[in-house]
Amino acid sequence: MAVAIAEAPFHVLAVDDSLPDRKLIERLLKTSSFQVTTVDSGTKALEFLGLHGADASISVHADHLDVEVNVNLIITDYCMPGMTGYDLLKKIKESSSLRDIPVVIMSSENIPSRINRCLEEGANEFFLKPVRLSDMSKLKPHIMKSRCKEHYHQEEDDLLSNSDSNTSSNPTNNSSSDTISTSNPTNYSSNPTYNSSGDSSSARKRKAADDEILPKTSRPRHS
Amino acid sequence: MDYSNLRRQAASMKKVLFDQGHLDEQFRQVEDLQDEASPNFVEEVVVVFFKDSGRLISNLEQALEKYPRDFNRWDAYMQQLKGSCSSIGASRMKNECMSFRDNCGKGNVEGCMGCLQKLKREHAILRQKLESYFQLLRQAGPAGAATRPVM
Repeated sequence: MAVAIAEAPFHVLAVDDSLPDRKLIERLLKTSSFQVTTVDSGTKALEFLGLHGADASISVHADHLDVEVNVNLIITDYCMPGMTGYDLLKKIKESSSLRDIPVVIMSSENIPSRINRCLEEGANEFFLKPVRLSDMSKLKPHIMKSRCKEHYHQEEDDLLSNSDSNTSSNPTNNSSSDTISTSNPTNYSSNPTYNSSGDSSSARKRKAADDEILPKTSRPRHS
Repeated sequence: MDYSNLRRQAASMKKVLFDQGHLDEQFRQVEDLQDEASPNFVEEVVVVFFKDSGRLISNLEQALEKYPRDFNRWDAYMQQLKGSCSSIGASRMKNECMSFRDNCGKGNVEGCMGCLQKLKREHAILRQKLESYFQLLRQAGPAGAATRPVM
């Protein structure tokens, strides 16, 4: 049997102050082959994501972690005490390190102005509660799209700062500089375990090109 | 022990809960999430729900006393409770939550109090019925508990 490529499932951070709802969303996500972390507040979500205090533009490694957390999507309830889902969304979009992570808002209230406000602020999707299993299939496309966006942002950064600052341990970054700006798949070595990178900027980098060359069979199945 | 009979009883108990409007389609959605990896998921969620909703009801009762006629506050509590009821498929409870909120909107204190009493009653009824249901499932044997509930 051929060596199986151990690909990490996508990691979703779910934020909801209601315990029964947290239990449900966790189950929904796990059933759909996501790795899940749940927190009960926006503040805890930001802590988990590596942001501390009011200054959302500073990204800090969580002290107890060697590797920065790798979150591919954030799904949050809208109505929460203290920091609402909308407030959390804003903080995420204001953060240079987090802005590319897709955010989905959940709410039990169907209020068009609320929905529009969230979408305008950059939310990728709005789920009406109770969230269903069928909603889960809408998540992966947002993750895939954001990875393309990330790829382009990273390319821009690479071009601006040259390869000097690009001293990450991720082997795909060390490919010769004349190939960085292209998406020619043959110039990227396949990176089997995506969350093994210790570098903060590359931790979330999963080159879109990799997805194009790797067969979809190695991707986690989503129901 | 006639396990198939016990399972039939459990199924019929559940059917009654649906027919009488205690539970709605959302409960089936929750059941669909139960599998070999999470064989007691439904009961676990239900237990969490009753604990959580009990706490919310208690908070609301305190708020009714401590903050008279504070309809915005009362409504906010009830919104939380309605959300949980909705997530689990607790249909009658959800309806009482909605009536309560209507009464808040109208500034009708007595109406709110009446709804709260009904809500507490429905809470107790549903809790007792579901406890019996899960107990029956457990008696029906590990196979009965671990697999998808019989419909």
